[in-house]
Order: sequence, then C-alpha cells, then structure tokens
Amino acid sequence: MKQEQEPHIIGYGKLTAVWLGLLGLTALTVWVARHNVGIGHVWGSLAIAVAKGGLVIAFFMHMKYEGQLLRWLLFFALSVLAIFIGFTFFDVLYR
Amino acid sequence: MSGPRHKDYGGAKLGMWLFLFTELLLFGGLFLLYGAYIARYPREFGAAGREMHLGFGTLNTVILITSSLLAAMSVTAIQRDERRRAIRLLWGTILCAAVFLSNKYLEWSAEIGNGIYPNSPRLAAGPPGESVFYSLYYLTVGLHGLHVLIGGTFLAIAAVRVQRGTINAGNYVLLENGALYWHLVDLIWIFIFPLYYLIL
Repeated sequence: MKQEQEPHIIGYGKLTAVWLGLLGLTALTVWVARHNVGIGHVWGSLAIAVAKGGLVIAFFMHMKYEGQLLRWLLFFALSVLAIFIGFTFFDVLYR
Repeated sequence: MSGPRHKDYGGAKLGMWLFLFTELLLFGGLFLLYGAYIARYPREFGAAGREMHLGFGTLNTVILITSSLLAAMSVTAIQRDERRRAIRLLWGTILCAAVFLSNKYLEWSAEIGNGIYPNSPRLAAGPPGESVFYSLYYLTVGLHGLHVLIGGTFLAIAAVRVQRGTINAGNYVLLENGALYWHLVDLIWIFIFPLYYLIL
C-alpha cells in the first residue's frame, strides 16, 4: 500500500532556510517593538506575523505543493476569518 | 472482513485540514475578542501588556519555531525512509514542547505570585480593562498550552508507531497529520506573541 500521489519531498536545506527566515523575522519584530516606531508598529508587528505564518503554511505545512482543493479551502477559511473580524470592526471602531 | 483495507490518504489529509480550519476560527474568535476589547480599553491594555515577560515570550517563540522545523524534517525523513532520523527528530520536537510548557509554568507562577490571575483581589480592585486583558490572556494562552500538550502526545504516538514500523515510507499519513497539527500550534503562537507581548 502506498500513498496514492507521488509526494513532494522538501529537503532539509530548504526547511532550515525557512527556519532561519522565521528566526530573522522574530528578531525583527522584537526590534520593532522595542524601538517604539509610533503607531505603525502595531501594523508592522502584525504584517511580520502574517509573513511568518505564510512561511509556516507554505513550507512547513507543504501548502505550496498541495493541489487546488486544499488551496481554495485555505483561501475560503481565511476569507471567513477576515470577514468576521473586519465586519466586527466596522461596528466596534465607529460606535 | 478479510482482504486489504482501503486507505484514502488524500481524504485523511483533507479531513485534518478541515479540522485545522475550525481551530483557526476558534482562535480567530479569541483574537476578535482581543481586538474588540483593546478598542474599548486601550490604556488599560497598554498598562497590563507592559507587565508581560518579553523574555519568556521571545524564548518560547524561538522554541516553537525550532520544534516546527524538527517536525517538518521528521516528515522529510520518513518520506526518505530514514526511520531512525525521523524518530530522533520527533523526540526533539516533543522535548521542545516540554521546554515550552515548563517555561509557561515558570511564567504563570511568577504572574500568579504577583496576584495576577482571574478574579484575584488585585485585579478585582483594579480597572475593569486590566482584568479583561488578563482573562483573555489566560484563556487564549491556556487553550494554546492545551494544544501544545495534545500535539506533543500526538507526535509521541507517531514516534512509537515509526519505531514499530506501522508508520513507514509507504504509509505515513498519521505522522504527516500530527506534524500539520503541530505547525498549527506554532502558527497560533506566531499571532499570540505580537498581540500579547509586543504591540502594547
């Protein structure tokens, strides 16, 4: 019995490169927070978190090598999340 | 029933991903509460957030990112039929999980020692925004910690099965799904870290 599709194998070197990228972004986000660069640091910190999350999903979770179905489902789930957070803020911020 | 059992690997992975989406929405709800309350109590959240231990938060971030690397490598190892390496990498991941949780224990002990816990006299006497912050903090981080415990157990079962050979280069979907769950735990922490430790 075998896994039906030929699986994509990600090499150790590539995974290590992603790990180094994640460590670099962690150092950057701590630096940004310590050197208070104004209101932009909230959006900057969240943007860095999104970039780190993207790396984890794309490489560690193999999403870059998955088929259309899983990619669209991920897009759908993240869209639902964005809609329910975004629409709540239309209310919360303009009360 | 006799004969070979049918296994649907694509379906198993799809099922795991669907479950992970519900987890994203679960933690998304907690992040939404955080967002709604920080808009209401910006000053109290700022004051409470500055008391968080940035050192513990950063250290645990590095530990979880490293554990995620080890889990991803264990999938590569089993795909290449490097059984011993896969087992070592899995136990490395579980060691990281244990270190993460013991850091959490030390961090929470320090906070509880300072009178910061849900419904403590100190928080009850303080402004309402501060107790809301700490309630959300304990709920979100506590739920995440529970996920670390579950993920670590999941990967320990996978490690034992690799040892026994029931997970192997031709049949490793359980290990793959365990690693996916572990990466989700890392992913959630990547957002908890700036929200609770950095931006305030």
